[in-house]
Amino acid sequence: MSQILVFLEHKSGQIKKSSLELLTAAKNSGAPFDAIALGAGAKALAEVAGGFGAQSLFVSEADVLKTYNPEAYTQAVALVVKDKKPAVLLATASLTCKDLFPRVGAKTGNGVATDCTTLKLTGTDAQVRRPLFAGKASVEVEFKNSSTKIILMRPNALEAQQPAAGKSATVSEITVPPMDLKTIVKNVVQGASAKVDLTEAKVIVSGGRGLKGPENFKLLEELATVLGGSVGASRAVVDAGWVPHDMQVGQTGKTVSPSLYIACGISGAIQHLAGMSSSKVIVAINKDKDAPIFQKATYGIVGDALEILPLLTAEFKKLLQ
Amino acid sequence: MNIFVCLKQVPDTESKIQIKSDSSGIETTGIKWVMNPYDEFAVEEALKLRDKLADGSLVNILTLGPKSRVADALRTALAMGADNAMMINAPENLDSNSVAKALSEVIKKESDVGVVFTGKQAIDDDCSQVSQIMAEYLNMPHATVVVKFEISGDKSHFTVEREVEGGALEVLQLQKPAVIAAQKGLNTPRYASLPGIMKAKKKEIKEIEFSSLGVSDTEIKIVNKNYQLPPGRPAGKFLDGDAGAQVSSLVKLLREEAKVI
Repeated sequence: MSQILVFLEHKSGQIKKSSLELLTAAKNSGAPFDAIALGAGAKALAEVAGGFGAQSLFVSEADVLKTYNPEAYTQAVALVVKDKKPAVLLATASLTCKDLFPRVGAKTGNGVATDCTTLKLTGTDAQVRRPLFAGKASVEVEFKNSSTKIILMRPNALEAQQPAAGKSATVSEITVPPMDLKTIVKNVVQGASAKVDLTEAKVIVSGGRGLKGPENFKLLEELATVLGGSVGASRAVVDAGWVPHDMQVGQTGKTVSPSLYIACGISGAIQHLAGMSSSKVIVAINKDKDAPIFQKATYGIVGDALEILPLLTAEFKKLLQ
Repeated sequence: MNIFVCLKQVPDTESKIQIKSDSSGIETTGIKWVMNPYDEFAVEEALKLRDKLADGSLVNILTLGPKSRVADALRTALAMGADNAMMINAPENLDSNSVAKALSEVIKKESDVGVVFTGKQAIDDDCSQVSQIMAEYLNMPHATVVVKFEISGDKSHFTVEREVEGGALEVLQLQKPAVIAAQKGLNTPRYASLPGIMKAKKKEIKEIEFSSLGVSDTEIKIVNKNYQLPPGRPAGKFLDGDAGAQVSSLVKLLREEAKVI
């Protein structure tokens, strides 16, 4: 009887790194655990789940679950939760899981903690913290009246190990009942770029008003390309229509914690600082030496971002080639 | 049809958060409370839908929280042009599930509900849960992080676009009635007009007691405790010299000291 259930995300059977993080945590807990994966190619995950020591992989590749549909996925996951009653369910705080698990929680009568940043899992004793106010504070989460604690972990918050070879989890088919769905997923429109999402990026180069105009964002793109990173932006320039909202970092945008955050021409409003202060290393480039961003910076350059950026790109190019 | 918007009052984004000395919550003295920014998009979309339908449909605003302060957010929505406002007078310590349950109980009693709008998350506790939980209790389809919303010509369903990972958009078709959680970019919220503000002051706000809704204590699934501020960051250093020298030393430090490149 397994006590932990890990929800795996994948692309046609290719597991996401964030799911490896969850399997690592489940393995290290010492408790017996299972995994669950849905959609086209899900069965292929039996090997990687087994490589971490999962006993069973609950799986369905039924047509209705081929791609994510909130209602169909809710029903399939709820079936397994009700049947197996795991003490802990681990999933990633991805856009998909944040859409799905609150509804699963309601259907199964369990509490859900989204966007958790720390997890101490010993057996089935789970100690969890999550940020509030985009990181201006954090709390410990206590579950009540829940037979299953549903925990959604931020990507990159846990360490990921690699699976051992030669062990496979037992594949157990979920019997999906006929469903009368009120949701039809029509299609997915790919964005202009297939770049790494800001929340998962290791390096972020971010720009604000100090860049003077949208045309100068190409300077950030060039630096980000050299560093293998993504481009972010402050609320001021998103509101001004320079760049789309999915690039916004801060309290009404994305909360990010990359290894390296380079803030260019961003003064550091409190709502922006909330969204990026947990970055490992912060570089600030700003003309105003009193700008609040420098209080969070590991390294500060007082200067014009438009002058510094091309130099920085050239210098990194030299180093990394 | 009856169009519902569920909204929340939250500390303004410029608020500096401080923790109570016993770590049981945040200090609320001196906090400026505003309508949750994502809920503004929900209100605007509801008003746009009502005006497009122009068939006698009404926009109803519903909020939950301590009576002493939440009326302000309702007045803001009324001033933007909403028709009716209701508040559930409730304690502060509820979680997503109990809040969603209470809101659903109120909406269930209404007739001809076509759509329930919310913001995609409240920027105080950042849970992103209430809309999906409500959808389950109301037996409606849902879509979150919605950046485009349209009603079909025969008014039987909605077509929405929602953000998914990596800047892609997913197109969903939902049967009416549905729960829709608004993302920034869905629309540009209008400002309240002066006549709107004057009119909103006179409108009656319907009050409902949380205790009358039959939501038991066992519906509280999550309790927040041991509040903390983030750890402080060690003092940083300014780099010296002209632009060229600053850039060289930065690249060197990132590689050799910080080891992130």
